[in-house]
Formats: sequence, C-alpha cells, structure tokens
Amino acid sequence: MAELAPGTTITRGSRGEPTVIVDDLHVVYRVYGAGGDKGTAATALMRVFRRQRRPGVREVEAIRGVSFVVNHGDAIGIIGRNGSGKSTLLQAIAGLLPPEQGCVYTSGQAALLGVNAALLDDLTGERNVVLGCLAMGMTPQEAKDSYQSIVDFSGVGDFIEYPMRTYSTGMAQRLRFSIASAKSHEILMIDEALATGDANFRAKSHEKIVSLRGEAGTVFLVAHNLAEIESTCNRVIWLEKGKIIRQGYDVPAIVDAYLEATGGEPRRRDTPQDAEHSATP
Amino acid sequence: MKERVREAGGPGTLTDDPVAPDASGTLPDEPLAELAARYKLRPSAARPGVLGYAGQLWARRHFIVGFATARNVAMYTEARLGQLWQVLTPLLNAAVYYLIFGIIIDTSRGVPKFLAFLITGIFVFNFTQRAFITSSRVITDSLPLIRALPFPRACLPIGYVLIELQQLVMSMIVLAAIVLGTGEPLTWYWLLAIPALLLQAVFNVGMGLFLARLGAGADDFGQLMPFLVRTWMYTSGVMFSISTISFLKARPTLTYLFQINPAAVYINLMRNAILKTQRDAWPGSQPYNTAKCALYDVKGMNLENSAYCHGTVTMNQLWLYGAGWAVFALVVGFVFFWQAETRYGRG
Repeated sequence: MAELAPGTTITRGSRGEPTVIVDDLHVVYRVYGAGGDKGTAATALMRVFRRQRRPGVREVEAIRGVSFVVNHGDAIGIIGRNGSGKSTLLQAIAGLLPPEQGCVYTSGQAALLGVNAALLDDLTGERNVVLGCLAMGMTPQEAKDSYQSIVDFSGVGDFIEYPMRTYSTGMAQRLRFSIASAKSHEILMIDEALATGDANFRAKSHEKIVSLRGEAGTVFLVAHNLAEIESTCNRVIWLEKGKIIRQGYDVPAIVDAYLEATGGEPRRRDTPQDAEHSATP
Repeated sequence: MKERVREAGGPGTLTDDPVAPDASGTLPDEPLAELAARYKLRPSAARPGVLGYAGQLWARRHFIVGFATARNVAMYTEARLGQLWQVLTPLLNAAVYYLIFGIIIDTSRGVPKFLAFLITGIFVFNFTQRAFITSSRVITDSLPLIRALPFPRACLPIGYVLIELQQLVMSMIVLAAIVLGTGEPLTWYWLLAIPALLLQAVFNVGMGLFLARLGAGADDFGQLMPFLVRTWMYTSGVMFSISTISFLKARPTLTYLFQINPAAVYINLMRNAILKTQRDAWPGSQPYNTAKCALYDVKGMNLENSAYCHGTVTMNQLWLYGAGWAVFALVVGFVFFWQAETRYGRG
C-alpha cells in the first residue's frame, strides 16, 4: 500500500486484521436451456412421464473450494484466464451470488464495481446517475450533491442528456465507473471496470482507484492488464477452473508463472508503469 | 525473475496443474469460521431479521420510488407518441372490452350504467393483474441488477407494483372522465376511491412479494400466471355483477365466497365509491323489504331492487375484508419473500 493517499482515514480495524475470510467456497450456477435433447414439446412430455430431470439444466461449478484470508490494507489482484471464476469469486464475496457450500465472511458491505453494473439503457445518463446513487444507498440529497462530480469525472459531456443505449461501450463504462466510485467503501472490488476506457480515462481512473484504495480498507482488482495488477496490488491470487493455483505476496513471480503457463512472454519491467507493455490489451 | 524455471507443462497447456495448489502459509491453523467469529466478521450473504429487513427497505425507499418512476418513463421512450400511451392504453382497453362485453355479448343483465360499471371493474382488476404478472417475473428479469448491486431484493417487486400504481393513476383520470360522461354524479363518496386503491396497492405488494419468490425458482410459474389471473378475472365480477348470476341466488355460501374474494372486494369498493347507481343497488343498503326484494328475485334483471334484500356482505364489511386481505397478504408475502432473500442471485 505504497500509494495510500495522505490524510485518508481508515474507518475500521487496523492493518493486519482480517477483513475478508473465504472459507471453502463453492459457487454453482444452474444453467437452463443448455442443449441436451431435440427441444421439442414431444421430448419434453416424454421427460415428464419418465420423471426425468430436465437435461437442459446443467450445473456449472464456477468456484470449487477456495479459501483465503485477506487482511486490512491488502490490495489483491486476481488473475486467471477467461472463465476461471474471477468475477464469480468477487460476486460471491459481495454477497450477490449465494454460495453452494462454504462461506464468505466480511467486515462490512463489499462494493463491486463491475462492467455489468446494470443501469437502465432506455434512460438518460442523468437519470442513471441519480438512480445509481440511490441504489448504492445514498439519500436524494447526497445523490444531488455528487451528481456534478460524477458527470465531470465520466467525461461523457453533453451525452449525459441522451439515453444510455446511444452510448459507446467505452462511454457507458466510464459513466458506470464514475457512478460506482462516487461512494467510498470499506471493501472495494473492481472487476475489469477499466478495460474499455481510452488512455486518458485509464489514467484518471487509476488515480481514482488509488485514492479509493486509500479510503477503503481492502481492494480486490480483477484485470487482464497485468501492469495494472503489478502497480496496484501487493498480493495476487491466480485462479484456474475455480481453484486457486497460486497465491502470495510475491506479485511479479506469480504473474510471471501465470504468463508462462498461459503461453505469454514474461513481462519486461524496465518501465513498470507503462501500460503499453501490458501482456493483454 | 526471467530465469524462472518452467515448473510444468509447455506454454498454453493447463490440462494438469502447472503448479501444485499452494496455500503458501497464508491460511491460519485455526478453523476459518472461528477466526471470522473472533474478528466479528459476518457472512456476506447473511439475511437480516424480519424487522431489520423492513428497516433496510425503508432506508432504500428513495431507490424504490426512483426505480419505479424511471421504469415508467423508460416504458414508452421507443414509441413516437411517448407518454401519451399512458392514457391511450387504458382508453383502448376500455374500448375493446366495451365492444366485446357491452355490444357483441350483452352481459349487462340490467346493470345500470353498464359502461361505467364495466370499465371500473377492468381498470381496478388490471392493476392487480399486471402487478401479479410482472412480479412473478421480476427476479428472473432483474438478474443482472441483482448480481451487480447489493440491496434488499424486496425493492424490486415493490417497485414493480409501484410502477403499476403510477400507471393506474393515469387510468383513473381516464376512468373519472368516462364515469362522469355516462351521467354519474360527482359526490364526496369519490374520496373513498383513495383508501380503496391504497388497500389494493398494499394487497398487491404483499401478493407481489409472494409471487416473486415463487417465480424466482423456475420460469414455468411465470408462464402459468397469465392463465391463472385470467380465470380469476372471469370469476370476480369484472364484466358482470355477482348479484345477477342466477346460479348463485340459491347458494348463499358460494355467493359469500365470491363476494369476499379480494379482487371482487377491491372492485366493489371502487364501484361503490364512484358509481351512485352501484351504491344504491348494493344488497342490504336499504331496509329489508320483502315485496321489493321479491321483485328482484323474480325478475332477476332489476338490479336496483336488490338493495332491499338481505346483503351477503354489507358495505362496511367490504371495507373490513379489504383491509384484512391487505394486511394478510402483506405479512405472509413479506415473510415468505424474506426467507429466501439470500438465494435470489442464483440463476
């Protein structure tokens, strides 16, 4: 936590106390409509008569027995290939996805800044800002007070008066990130929130994350941009198929091992802050 | 770092673990649950008590209202006529039902001011119908929102009922115009429409919560819902007066059950509030008069005379039933929904 912003107060606990404990966590998705039979009414009827379970229902074990303890002041990067369970893990920690087995204990409500922080596409940016603030538990007055700074930070400009379905992917993401980061949280989880922003916004949001990290006790970061992980996190967890492959405080070593295993080249670290050298765009 | 030895597998292969799963001493020896208890950490997916949950909901009241208003605004953004549809939809509904049940099939059976009677019934029932159908799908429809933000999930069904209530207010203005247009007088009784609607809204919230949990499990229920609701509509006296059904005349118990069913209760509360002809014809609203009641019994078509018969449910009892259903539905629905609070995120 080298970049802890000066003058920030940590609301609870002191460095070293656990804030998040994940105890043998299993998360299972039930997917309906996954293939299986011909999908006609006749085959469905036969199934009912034979008292068979719907073959279309598949259970996907997204997280398979993960345990770790996170202490106050940790910034944890989570790496892994697509579909390895990174986002699911964060959702489970935030209490948004119920565990099938095991438990997640937290010291407070964990806030998740995700790519799919759902907003209403048919509504204007303005209404989305206010609604997003209210959903995070702000009072109408607080929402009003934060409105201008959210809009300024997002940099969507005049588009704020347009319905969100007219936004480009990057613009929508900027607005979502700006809304979600308007509140300071004890446990903050950032899930690929910055992947589609332009260079200018990435720089701005990196600063914002660092300052949020100062205010929050604990930060989780999911990113494919390994430079972002190395410059922000003091600890890293490598997930593969819902299990922890490696974890620890030796961030560069684990990142390198991950890169080798996935077929990438080890990162050059001559210019560690330079986003141009990230392994994945 | 660069000289690190490749422990296993070539680049791009992860079929067998490249590195053995490693806890690297970061897990303490004591059971994690005890550690959590020692530092007073709480399960992230924990469910608060019933009262605590109600408190959380109250804290998010601005979100619920904002969500409902926003959805209402968003509903017609793609339409050229925009918000005008809020008025046009109930008007067209009224026109269709009048065409079918007023002209093609004559079900008026001597009900005075049948058009006003019919449209009141349809609008009031439509509120409950739409609230039921949308609530039973609310969890499935809102999965992205549920998986993105933590908030008490009951916000969603409550918000959906609120959306329907806001739509209903628009319908009520249309209704008032139609009712006055048919020659019904504007009286102080009209004020009773407000408590009647509020009781119905509470009932809908309670049932909405109940149905939201049922519908969250499997989509089959959501598919079935429209049929159940339509059957309910045809038995609740929306398009006919329960007092005119000859089948029911010799069966007081059955009549009683028909009259106290919540849909009939709220419809009749509204009709008695805004329609003088209905109020005057409500069974039991006049002192008992054998001769006049017999006239109603014999002819069956002369609804005005039914006021002189013994009422199955008096107007005051109607209010009691209205309040009773509302409280009952709210308590049962709220507790039922709350019990599954932590399970709604699962697909």
